[in-house]
Amino acid sequence: MVKLKEPVHITFEELDDVVYLLKKVADYDLSGYSKSSLKRRVQRLMAMESMDLIDLKNAILNVNGFFGYFIQEITVNVTEMFRDPPFYQELRNAVFPYLQTYPQLRVWSAGCATGEEAYSLSILLQEEKLLNRSFIYGTDISQQAINTAKKGVYTVEKIKSYTENYNRVGMNSKFSDHYTAMYDAVIINNEYRNSILFSNHNLVSDNVFNEFQLICCRNVLIYFDKELQQRVLNVFYESLSLFGFLCLGTKESLYRQEMNANFKVINKSLNIYQKIK
Amino acid sequence: MAQAEDIILIGGSAGSYGVIVNMLESIPAKISSAIIVIIHRNAKYPTQMEKSLTLKLKRPILSAEDKVTIEGNNIYFASPGYHLLVEPDHTFSLDISDPVNFSRPSIDVLFESAAEVYTTRCTALLLSGANNDGAYGIKRVEFFGGTSIIQDPNDALINTMPNSAITTSSKANVLKNKEIINYFCSIK
Repeated sequence: MVKLKEPVHITFEELDDVVYLLKKVADYDLSGYSKSSLKRRVQRLMAMESMDLIDLKNAILNVNGFFGYFIQEITVNVTEMFRDPPFYQELRNAVFPYLQTYPQLRVWSAGCATGEEAYSLSILLQEEKLLNRSFIYGTDISQQAINTAKKGVYTVEKIKSYTENYNRVGMNSKFSDHYTAMYDAVIINNEYRNSILFSNHNLVSDNVFNEFQLICCRNVLIYFDKELQQRVLNVFYESLSLFGFLCLGTKESLYRQEMNANFKVINKSLNIYQKIK
Repeated sequence: MAQAEDIILIGGSAGSYGVIVNMLESIPAKISSAIIVIIHRNAKYPTQMEKSLTLKLKRPILSAEDKVTIEGNNIYFASPGYHLLVEPDHTFSLDISDPVNFSRPSIDVLFESAAEVYTTRCTALLLSGANNDGAYGIKRVEFFGGTSIIQDPNDALINTMPNSAITTSSKANVLKNKEIINYFCSIK
């Protein structure tokens, strides 16, 4: 864990300045992000780098490569394999029986960070003998995160806690069947790495790029304001085939969204939905 | 009920549940402030806290949900596993970034973000607990002109958290349990 130096504080107006600058210089629009959370992340980065506001703006404008680093640090990359085991159980029990009926499956892990969710999905699909007719897209705004995801290499430390999750899902195979361990790291098996295409995609500005039967976007919408949430949900809606499934995080309900009339609730507490019109 | 003008934050960890129940039992039937409670609890296990308190107190205990407006007379609980923040437009937002002080939700994160938005109309209470979460949050509440209250360490089941906050605070009111209850009897 990075030890933080003295806390740095900026005002919401100063945050707006930084957001404006990023839009002008790099054409990245963070104006739809939840302000308090974004401010915290920016302050954290400034403290880590011992930067004041002038340093930060200067780095955004003049330092080569700083922008990619900035995006990596301000987007939240906390993720786990098989996070929320009940979700994966429900996916298997309530969603996969439908998916069995498709000759070909396309799955989108949107906002996939370092790839753990996409790999979890591919292992689950394999368990249900669906992987050979599936293709998974893992996308994220951060190129650095995507680079890590492509490697499929995780520390043994992390694998320990992922194994706990995995065992709670109740699969037939052992978790260790799906990776090869070497020294203090593991690499996810080739068959899974070959089943996923990781690429850069920005939910704020990019659009539909394929048609999917399953979209998982968990713990991403909470970082967006209402308006941006609506935009992203619309992209998902347009990207789903009829009767395709949308899975959101446990605190991301469609209940208050305009979109909800187009979906049927499969599981209310786990926020699994099916497009019905 | 309309958007709350005033908010009261309550942060507690180990040994705080009992006194929180007593506090919530003593508040008047109708108040214009919003109350936000944050208790450290394990996200791995399902929790019945909101449900059982709703029955016990005979008034709804809500989970603080993402992008929902903070309304007066409501009592919100922070959900386990997520940081809870207050946005400038007086709504909640959730965040699943790294734990702070080994805690998610972290009391510091809630107190700091709420303090900046509600400034002088923010009151924060820090109770019993076994770590240092909340001390920095109390400091930020004071910085923005809000009111800070810390449970008297002698009355706290575990006094690490109150002690830690008293050390860093500049003007907190250190209150005995009885005084805290009296305060809640009179809130508006």
